[in-house]
Amino acid sequence: MLTALALLLAVAVVTPHTTPFLLLLVTRILILAILAMSLDLLLGFTGIASLGHAAFLGLGAYLTAILAVRYEFGLSWDFGLVILFGSLLGAATAAVFGLFALRASGVYFLMITLALSQCVWGLAYRWDALTGGDNGLNLPGRPVLGPIQLGNDAAYFYVVFAFFAVSLLALYVLVESPFGKSLVGIREHEVRMRILGYNTWLHKYIAFIISGAFGGLAGVLWAQVSGQVSPDNVTLTTSVDALLMVVLGGPGTLLGGVLGAGIVLFLREYLSTLVPWWQYVLGGMYVLTIFYLPDGVLGTLRQRRKAAGAPAVGLAPRPVRSEELRINEGGIE
Amino acid sequence: MKAKSLCGLAVFAVALAALMASRADADELRIGFLMPVTGPLAQIATDSINGFKMYLDDHKGEFHGATVKFIVEDTQAKPATAVLKAEKLIKQDQVQMLVGGVLASTGYALAPVSTREKVIYIASIPASDNLTQRDADKYPYFARTSWSSSQPSHPFGEWACANGIKKVVTIAADYAFGYEVVGGFQRTFEECGGQIVQKMWPPINLADYAPYISTIKPDADSVFILPVGAGALTLPRQLQVAGIIPKMHLIGSGTSFDEFVLPQLGDEVIGAVSPLHYSAALETPANEAFVKEYRTKFGKVPSYFSESNYTTALMFDAVMSQTGGKWPGSKELLDLLVKIEVDAPRGPVSFDDLRNPIQNIYIRKVEKKKIFGYANDELWNTVIKTYPNVSQFWKFDRAESLKQPPYTRDYPPCKYCE
Repeated sequence: MLTALALLLAVAVVTPHTTPFLLLLVTRILILAILAMSLDLLLGFTGIASLGHAAFLGLGAYLTAILAVRYEFGLSWDFGLVILFGSLLGAATAAVFGLFALRASGVYFLMITLALSQCVWGLAYRWDALTGGDNGLNLPGRPVLGPIQLGNDAAYFYVVFAFFAVSLLALYVLVESPFGKSLVGIREHEVRMRILGYNTWLHKYIAFIISGAFGGLAGVLWAQVSGQVSPDNVTLTTSVDALLMVVLGGPGTLLGGVLGAGIVLFLREYLSTLVPWWQYVLGGMYVLTIFYLPDGVLGTLRQRRKAAGAPAVGLAPRPVRSEELRINEGGIE
Repeated sequence: MKAKSLCGLAVFAVALAALMASRADADELRIGFLMPVTGPLAQIATDSINGFKMYLDDHKGEFHGATVKFIVEDTQAKPATAVLKAEKLIKQDQVQMLVGGVLASTGYALAPVSTREKVIYIASIPASDNLTQRDADKYPYFARTSWSSSQPSHPFGEWACANGIKKVVTIAADYAFGYEVVGGFQRTFEECGGQIVQKMWPPINLADYAPYISTIKPDADSVFILPVGAGALTLPRQLQVAGIIPKMHLIGSGTSFDEFVLPQLGDEVIGAVSPLHYSAALETPANEAFVKEYRTKFGKVPSYFSESNYTTALMFDAVMSQTGGKWPGSKELLDLLVKIEVDAPRGPVSFDDLRNPIQNIYIRKVEKKKIFGYANDELWNTVIKTYPNVSQFWKFDRAESLKQPPYTRDYPPCKYCE
């Protein structure tokens, strides 16, 4: 865990002194890492795979763009409010979507979240008057906070890093809390948790809402990093990307999503500036991961360490073992 | 292990930065070329890069003494990626100009980057009307070397009236480009007495148009098509299978029968008429030489994407001839660019003060014939009428045009659709 923290600190210190392109790229990686972590809360800890996370990102992004373009809101200190609203919008949307999606599980949950996020895409694409349709919306420029111009890429990087660190901490506390433990319990054996007296639906519902809130946050930050929002942000591809990031890095590890976001974006955006065959590398990476690292990079690393008797790596909670659940059951008897 | 790789990465990045930030002397022209090299538009990207490169190679990589550094970046057809790559080109490679983009959404994403960074952006493909109309003031470092979407449509409406077309059904892709092409046509066509009796907006990349085709009103005499992506090949064929062709005239956007798709289309499109600012079958010495050279080098007939980027390079060359190969500064270069007049393969091109080309619009009819000494019968867009020096505002008053709402899904309203 200390290694991980030291590494993240190193990223914060080193990045602004590298190249301008790397600075922008790492900023984007951190934002998508927030999205990936929020998805990991569902996929890795609760055991439900959502294919609709682009919707939360998109809503946060469109909210930011619409407020900035149509109402000139969020261009100075009120950007803080936009971040709050963006997270709330993500949470509120998740609260509505959750009512539909959580009636199902497994592949059906996947399909319903996919369908709901396509509704958001449809709105973005067709509600021309509000969203600018296919052309999207251009933001007037990043906010100015007193003497600090977020238009400066380094300044914006620090802001994003701060939100990333807060998100990581918040999600870590969450998954380590009793609530987080019961989510893991649901992942391992939902029926047993229900028999134990847990309202598993409510647990999943709350996890979904929290996940949506962080998705919305990522959306607000994303809109400002690229300076434009278009339906492209809300497409299925974005949802799939988020899912792949988590799977690649290791579900149930939080930091796996960060690593996954880093790998995917680095290969796609950095490698593509160097060679035209970057897609093969990315594709090969996915295939190799599935064959040789079925638990993702961090997940496999953790298993290795466990096998070697070393403490678990990363910020992940110890997976709940079935013996412990049995003890609990014994307690009820 | 991770720490090591990260350190390695940082060292690598710093080294790369040092390498790339090498100071440029005044006689180097650095051009960042943004194209969707991977993804569904890869073929368009290839045509565009080939067009620009061909001009560059013909001139030994120099524009009147200025060595051209031509850096291609992949936008992956995503606006957000285009922005990232544009910022990379500007901040890291220190390019003086951005060129390219394909989709209107990419054009819209790149224009503000150019404003923010005070770097020229030349849209060599994106055609969205407003970039050089209602939004032109917002983007002072922007110019277009291709066309605006409704520019060929305006004369085409008049041509349709004059050639016995009376009732038209439109089937066009459901996005801004489709609205603008159809809107421009509808405006002039209905002003001279024609009627659009039905407007359909199938989604982009639709492959099966049967549900739309079955609802085509039987009393129409022509179908106007604008498919995008997969539909470019299937729509004409399905119209033929359904018996709509040859019962009705097939007309459409210039892009529907562009040389980019024409070789893959079958005989069903023979006789199809469309307007554009270019045709590979344009029988001028300049175009014949261009087509022959391009076909020899790349094994296919140039599309308008090829010509547009070839001409963009030609325009830069013309500007550099005025400055003696010296970089004049962004604003100055743009000012020089919009004052030039060049003879491109497409014909004479100049600019209006909103930085959109004034150029010939050709009404082209697809014919199967031999041309330029090629041995085989092939499909070509034969030019049947030329409207010389057409501006984006056609014959309309400019101020009045700008006051009107932009062409959208519902504007102009369909008066004759019942």
